[in-house]
Amino acid sequence: MDFFLIAVIVLGSIGLVAAIVLYVCSKKFAVDEDPRIQQVNELLAGANCGGCGFAGCGGLAEALVKGADKGRIDGLSCPVGGAETMTRVADLLGMAIANGDPKIAVVRCNGSCDKRPKTNEYMGLRTCAAMNSCGAGETGCGYGCLGCGDCVEACQFDAIHLNPETGLPEVNEDKCTACGACAKSCPRTIIELRKKGVKGRRVYVSCVNKDKGAVAMKACKAACISCGKCVKECKFEAITIGNNVSYIDYNKCRLCRKCVEVCPTKAIQAVNFPTPKKSETSEAPEKKQLS
Amino acid sequence: MNIKTFRIGGIHPEENKLTHEVATEAAPLPQQAIFPLSQHIGAPARPIVQKGDKVKVGTILAEASSFVSAPIHSSVSGTVAKIDTAIDATGYRKPAIIIDVEGDDWEESIDRSKTLETLSAHPELTPEEIVERIKKAGITGMGGAGFPTFIKLCPPPTAKAECVIINAVECEPYITADYRLMMEKSDEIIVGLELLMKAAKVTKGYIGIETNKPKAIALLSKKVSEFRSQSPYQIEVVPLKQRYPQGGEKQLVDAVIRRQVPAPPAIPVNVGAIVQNVGTAYAVYEAVMKRKPLFERYTTVTGKRLQKPGNYLVRMGTPMQLLIDLCGGMPDGENKLLAGGPMMGKALTSTEVPICKGTNSVTILSGDEARRKEPQPCIRCAKCVGVCPMGLEPYLLAKLSAFKQWESAEQEDIVSCIECGSCQFTCPAHRPLLDNIRQGKQTVMGIIRNRNTKKQ
Repeated sequence: MDFFLIAVIVLGSIGLVAAIVLYVCSKKFAVDEDPRIQQVNELLAGANCGGCGFAGCGGLAEALVKGADKGRIDGLSCPVGGAETMTRVADLLGMAIANGDPKIAVVRCNGSCDKRPKTNEYMGLRTCAAMNSCGAGETGCGYGCLGCGDCVEACQFDAIHLNPETGLPEVNEDKCTACGACAKSCPRTIIELRKKGVKGRRVYVSCVNKDKGAVAMKACKAACISCGKCVKECKFEAITIGNNVSYIDYNKCRLCRKCVEVCPTKAIQAVNFPTPKKSETSEAPEKKQLS
Repeated sequence: MNIKTFRIGGIHPEENKLTHEVATEAAPLPQQAIFPLSQHIGAPARPIVQKGDKVKVGTILAEASSFVSAPIHSSVSGTVAKIDTAIDATGYRKPAIIIDVEGDDWEESIDRSKTLETLSAHPELTPEEIVERIKKAGITGMGGAGFPTFIKLCPPPTAKAECVIINAVECEPYITADYRLMMEKSDEIIVGLELLMKAAKVTKGYIGIETNKPKAIALLSKKVSEFRSQSPYQIEVVPLKQRYPQGGEKQLVDAVIRRQVPAPPAIPVNVGAIVQNVGTAYAVYEAVMKRKPLFERYTTVTGKRLQKPGNYLVRMGTPMQLLIDLCGGMPDGENKLLAGGPMMGKALTSTEVPICKGTNSVTILSGDEARRKEPQPCIRCAKCVGVCPMGLEPYLLAKLSAFKQWESAEQEDIVSCIECGSCQFTCPAHRPLLDNIRQGKQTVMGIIRNRNTKKQ
């Protein structure tokens, strides 16, 4: 009996002491986590893609809550969830958000196999990063798409694929969340996140070649030769030329497509516009390529 | 006698020194010479000539734009046609000065006589004066990497130089430019070494030569003993066992003075050695004694299928096509053009790439020689670990790089890799080990750089 009692007393007192220590510790060293972080996290897309600039959804949730406490959460957004998710998050945090326009990844290279002839063969590791560090790649263009699909590898949403015919990546508009992973993975920064546009209508320069016109043209028939015709044609001052390549500011562009018509190399692309009744404009083949 | 070599790893690829006994010829002048502004490690040079300017041989075209940089001098006389871009050995178009060649008119300041100037005849040359002349002459490492030479001669205050080691190893297959230089300009090389030793304020010098060049070892040993009587500098010719990559700085230091250079950022001078290429020693002689800036070099043009491979004294800026034509033209069929040798050379996509300060060879491999075999799965044979001269584990580094595990790659010392390619050469499964490692090394070095700038 004694034996039994001693055991109960000893164990009981150890348990009591441990409980007191634990209680004191839990009060004294309590980490005060805002319950809203968990709530926001649940609202986010949960893809942990890193498209927001944080390591995962948890990071963004924390930043959002902290931001809300300071009174501003602009600049923080979940590219995957888009406006819908962000509105819900804002409601939860009691904030109003200025909804950014939805964006989409745009591949700014038009140098398909027929327009940009192969000049040599690369035998090393078939990744764009490795090929880029070895030289200009298999064509004469030192700026264009290398076609090894680092962007395809980087995409977590199965939204970008290489077209075997053109050798260029194509973005699936329904699947692309504009997380920017492909843009980051491209060693030549060809992929840009651009405004998705009304009904997905966009006009952009599909070339990033910084060589002078004649040199660029020699490497690729679809290169921007910085002739400046588009700049003259644009009434909205949306087009600028820098480093021998023209660029359309998507915030200024009114989608009039005048520049598309004047571009001598067809480097300017217009997508998702309805096919015109008249057959004289040249949109049909371009639409086919990016649809 | 026990012949020295480095302690860890190494391979012995087929030597293929086709042009060992082909005497050097001066290559003809090109019609147009191209001078890329970035021929060295560090900031590109800043052009100081303009379109239409007349230049002579030896006229400065571009000046050093920062501390780690080097000026570029014209190798031809003529008119500056334009300052534009041209494809260089990186494969990309980079800023370059292009000169239309007219005649061959040299700057008067350059001493074109053949008389040998000895160091004892010029007591006025102080170490500072030598370094200054080397800096002004635009000398960069002639072995390929192209690090400005004068910086190596002024070690950081934490390190003290004890000896100068001349890298005359030429362990890379095919290349014979350094060997021909040693056979033809031995006296100048030794004076050049003495100048380097005086500039670095040391009295001990070594010339490391692999034993596949017995004539060069004999010749230089003889010259060294002739010089010994009249010189306060102790120079020793060290025969080394043939093993690639003995020409790597760290391997050479280990082979010659038995000291191992710690992992980066340590450099050879941290263990007391300054390593200079034999071509650099010759360029130093010419720059200091003859006031001749660096604008020509010995270059081997080689390849099994070339009709007449040879060694040439080439003015920089000469397009490779001209040299290939001298050797009987580009062979028919599939070819791989390399600036440098088959192990570390840079594959090129254009024959218009000019010869630069570091171009020791133009190598043309046939498609069959160059074509890679289909990679097979790694069988964990660890051959790559055995041959790595830096004591790394290439299979692991390649895997870590492929999976973008940068932190682990950094812990495994990926930045110590010297990119010699021994692992890939020896891999029985033909895996692209170095391709992956190089990618990882570049990324990790970027991460480290970012971290360091953030700290400051």
